[in-house]
Amino acid sequence: MLLITCPVCGAVGDESEFHCGGEAHVKRPASSKPGNVSDESQYEYLYVRNNPRGPHREMWQCVRGCGKWFNAMRDTLSLQFLAFYKIGDPIPPLPGKKSATKTRTPIQGRRK
Amino acid sequence: MSHKSSFMSKKAVDRTISGDNTFTHRLKCTYTRKNIMQRFSIFSLARNALSYHKNWQEHWRSPEPKPEYDVIIIGAGGHGLATAYYLAKEHGITNVCILDKGWLGGGNTGRNTTIIRSNYLQDESAAIYELSRSLYEGLSRELNYNIMFSPRGLINVCATEHEMRAFQRHAYANKLAGIETRMITPAEIKKMVPIIETGKNARYPILGGLYQPRGGVARHDAVAWGYARGADNLGVDIIQNCAVTGILQRRGRVVGVKTPKGEIKAKKVAIVTAGNTTMLTDMAGFKMPIESLGLQALVSEPIKPIIDVVVMAGTVHGYVSQSDKGELVIGGGADPYNNYAQRGGITSWEHTVRALVEIFPVFSRLNMMRHWGGIVDMTGDRSPIIGLTPVKGLFVNCGWGTGGFKAIPGSGFVFADTIANGRPHPIAAPFNMDRFREGRLIDESAAAAVAH
Repeated sequence: MLLITCPVCGAVGDESEFHCGGEAHVKRPASSKPGNVSDESQYEYLYVRNNPRGPHREMWQCVRGCGKWFNAMRDTLSLQFLAFYKIGDPIPPLPGKKSATKTRTPIQGRRK
Repeated sequence: MSHKSSFMSKKAVDRTISGDNTFTHRLKCTYTRKNIMQRFSIFSLARNALSYHKNWQEHWRSPEPKPEYDVIIIGAGGHGLATAYYLAKEHGITNVCILDKGWLGGGNTGRNTTIIRSNYLQDESAAIYELSRSLYEGLSRELNYNIMFSPRGLINVCATEHEMRAFQRHAYANKLAGIETRMITPAEIKKMVPIIETGKNARYPILGGLYQPRGGVARHDAVAWGYARGADNLGVDIIQNCAVTGILQRRGRVVGVKTPKGEIKAKKVAIVTAGNTTMLTDMAGFKMPIESLGLQALVSEPIKPIIDVVVMAGTVHGYVSQSDKGELVIGGGADPYNNYAQRGGITSWEHTVRALVEIFPVFSRLNMMRHWGGIVDMTGDRSPIIGLTPVKGLFVNCGWGTGGFKAIPGSGFVFADTIANGRPHPIAAPFNMDRFREGRLIDESAAAAVAH
């Protein structure tokens, strides 16, 4: 059972009181001309996600508390939360990496 | 067990000779040669009883890997073992090895709730799952290994009007696909499952159900062991405790794999590693539309026979059957977050059990004995991905989500054909990776018989 702290309202609860929204920082491919969005980037936006065995950044919603969405970093192998942070806060770096990955586009940038 | 004429090595010729089933010859074979499969029969059982069952042969060898194979299969679960078995049996490709980082059948094959059904809505799904279910029918005989297939009947009970309409649609689709299912009334359900709560004041009223008479269960470990034994007998090397750490490529073609036991070469490599598919495809350098989620199950203490069909309740995320040992085997929905931890959690089974005691009030005082988790591949449309990849010679069979066990024979059959011929088998063809790019989904998430 996951124990979660909402960084917005401070509520603490187990996973049944929160809702997981999947990977965080997924960016919709945008263009002033929708025709410029390639099939490939649309496909990646819709279906392809990071699926790491280890630290993973994801969205959660504080369903039984303030109702707000927030982000969390969680290890998918130990199930331990490593960080909770609000939407718009600086993205915490993955353990073992030096700096946050603010400038890169979420999907293409982080995937190697 | 039939033998292909392509067996031409000395070992193989010896094996063919062993097909001579005279008693003395069998005895001689049994005790002098390790690589000839002892067949199970009432006679071999009696014979081994005389020696206190101390002379049974091992089911499969534990060979060291050769430097090169025709095909390498990564993952010794049900799907991987079935693939190797059909490659050897149907296509005569016996220079095959299966690598597994753990022990064979130790992943989802040993963790599922063993349900077998084919009452899917979409034509593509119906084709592959019904192929699989029909192969299960004769599998014990085919493998000379009792997989304890029990087509005891399977009911998807409906608790809402929406579900009734959805399952009526399933029944019509199944009829068109030639799969035997039909809608049944609450009275019929009550007759088959006397312990079910069908009263007017039930928390989850039973309005009807979709019944598949030839659905059922099988012994999950035996399926893996039977295929492993059959494949090994045909010459396939099963190498356990040998993780693949890299996929070797040259000019966009796969040439082998890297393991702690050294590099192993092969022109064809197949990834069949449910739960860890993206770990392998990341090594190969391409992305898969897959996320790994945890799926949990639990069993009760063993009790006397109380329910002799499989009951699935989609609305409340619960399904139950009784094993031959008497335990109630219970499963629920998948945890809604990425997960590689193969262990159970409280939230998921609390949700399932809470609903099941409303449907089966008699279960309320049962003790639950064990709960556990397996890691499943989830695709966007909850249908598998079978076929070719951007890397030439590299094949993938994954994305079975929460329902891979029922598909083992069919999946292995079509995947072996796909690998042998280098093109998708007609039944596997719709399940290619490009369907997500093309928007040609095989949507079983909205259409599924249970909530995935």
